[in-house]
Amino acid sequence: MKAIRPENPADPVISLRGVTAELGSRPVLRGIDLTVHRGEVVALLGANGSGKSTAVRTVIGQVPVSGGEIEIFGTPRRRFRDWARVGYVPQRTTAAGGVPATVTEVVSSGRLSRARFGVLRKADREAVHRALAHVGMTDRAKDSVNALSGGQHQRVLIARALASEPELLIMDEPMAGVDLASQEVLAATLREQVAAGASVLLVLHELGPLEPLIDRAVVLRDGCVVHDGPPPAAVGQHALPGHDHVHPHTADAEPVRTGLLS
Amino acid sequence: MEILNYAFMQRALLAAVLVGITAPAVGIYLVQRRQALMGDGIGHVAMTGVGLGFLLSTSPVWMATAVAVVGSVLMELIRWYGRTRGDIALAMLFYGGMAGGVMLINLAPGGSNANLSSYLFGSLSTVSQGDVLAICVLAALVVLVTLGLRRQLFAVSQDEEFARVTGLPVRALNLLTAITAAVTVTVAMRVVGLLLVSALMVVPVAAAQQLSRSFAATFAIAVTIGVGVTLGGTVTSYYQDVPPGATIVLLTIAVFIALTALATPLARRRARAVAAATGGEAGATDCVLPEAAAGAGTAPQPAPEKVPDSRTPAPR
Ligand SMILES: Nc1ncnc2c1ncn2[C@@H]1O[C@H](COP(=O)(O)OP(=O)(O)OP(=O)(O)O)[C@@H](O)[C@H]1O
Ligand SMILES: [Mg+2]
Repeated sequence: MKAIRPENPADPVISLRGVTAELGSRPVLRGIDLTVHRGEVVALLGANGSGKSTAVRTVIGQVPVSGGEIEIFGTPRRRFRDWARVGYVPQRTTAAGGVPATVTEVVSSGRLSRARFGVLRKADREAVHRALAHVGMTDRAKDSVNALSGGQHQRVLIARALASEPELLIMDEPMAGVDLASQEVLAATLREQVAAGASVLLVLHELGPLEPLIDRAVVLRDGCVVHDGPPPAAVGQHALPGHDHVHPHTADAEPVRTGLLS
Repeated sequence: MEILNYAFMQRALLAAVLVGITAPAVGIYLVQRRQALMGDGIGHVAMTGVGLGFLLSTSPVWMATAVAVVGSVLMELIRWYGRTRGDIALAMLFYGGMAGGVMLINLAPGGSNANLSSYLFGSLSTVSQGDVLAICVLAALVVLVTLGLRRQLFAVSQDEEFARVTGLPVRALNLLTAITAAVTVTVAMRVVGLLLVSALMVVPVAAAQQLSRSFAATFAIAVTIGVGVTLGGTVTSYYQDVPPGATIVLLTIAVFIALTALATPLARRRARAVAAATGGEAGATDCVLPEAAAGAGTAPQPAPEKVPDSRTPAPR
């Protein structure tokens, strides 16, 4: 995990400043600031429809921004080409496509960013194996992803993101549908990655076993940042749909009615 | 084989093999991205190209290729930008293309819908020397793209959003897929016909899925089925004097039904083999209560999620 070109190590790995975005001519992000520093684990929280996924997708260029600035590793996103340094777990319920594919085939596509002309060498195949071992899916490597359970799909998606051995992990609800034991396994994986110097931006609904890892939490509401600081205590309870949120860290501790925002 | 003594049959069989290879090779990516009917749409648009070819008295194959490529690029652009009512725009493209073909061919001097019919449903006797040359060149392009870029196309077709983060040129690859599909449609046009092309792109892939767990195997089986049914259909069509396109498509569907019927017992056998291989302890397929399995005196262990490393398969 080395920088390919000289860059200022003090640069944040992700920096969003005043980012606005519209989906279907409806403002979804209304000027959000979000910074992830090197080695930091930042949780992005908020109710359904608050714009978490949209924020993450502006970073990877899947959603066009209508204003503001985005930098990745200190480079404006439009000029950023070093995608092998970024691992991404999209918000998905399945890793399957319209044709059967094995777990290895799906995870291997995460290695393409490091493979020249799409040719996977021995080192690449070993990296894929390591990624599968990290999420405890080695024994299912040759099975079709169509034959997996929901939580196993999620683990495959995470392995695919790990396959390029990224310095920055962007994960959109990686724990959705994953049982507690597997969450512990994934938390341990994430801890290893962070210990090795990775930075992480995570969209979560419940902190769960990841809580001790999280350095900072950013809470979105209706496309605006309403909290940026230490993770709110016991967010797991509060994240339940329909519950009133009271974030102890916000000065104006105003209840957030999640039910009304989606 | 007396069938090979006729030059037109040699041409027809060569064209059939190439169609059998290319149609499933492109179709698998369309099925993977859940756009199975895209080939059908391109087929409709290509009819305008055939009509134009007649009207301008140039080669209908090349004209159909040009128009199909333009149409497929338009469809891809509609997919990007036309989020709202994309299906309506596509429908207009499909039926506009079909109506345009019928209209143009009637305007062509001496043209009638009878000429169009051989392009719609395929015909063996009319595959000309020039057609075969065009089909060979186009088929070579299709094979080059679908095999040479298989990892990239796999990634983009499996998960477009993720592919963007691997730095792949997603838009360029999408356009390439669309153009390759358009080229394949015109390759297949002379043998199976524009209205039946899509079947040969989709049904062999669907049939292959019944047997396979991996993308690579699906690809190989689909192409094998494709070549088998195009050859079989062409030969049958010659001896029985039935239309080749319809014969090939019916044969493909028969293969699909046969493989589907075969798949269930095969999967059961495979599951038994796996159960026998992983352990061999009695009753591997039955549930065992943890108390019965736990040894005396040992503290209960948390159920390990990972399988012991000894069981992990060696790197390929
Ligand atoms: N393709 C789209 N077109 C129009 N509006 C959209 C589209 N996708 C999302 N939205 C809207 O944008 C808002 C933010 O969506 P987003 O997916 O970012 O929410 P989220 O915070 O990730 O929610 P969740 O917790 O459910 O994943 C929602 O109100 C949603 O209705
Ligand atoms: Mg989301």
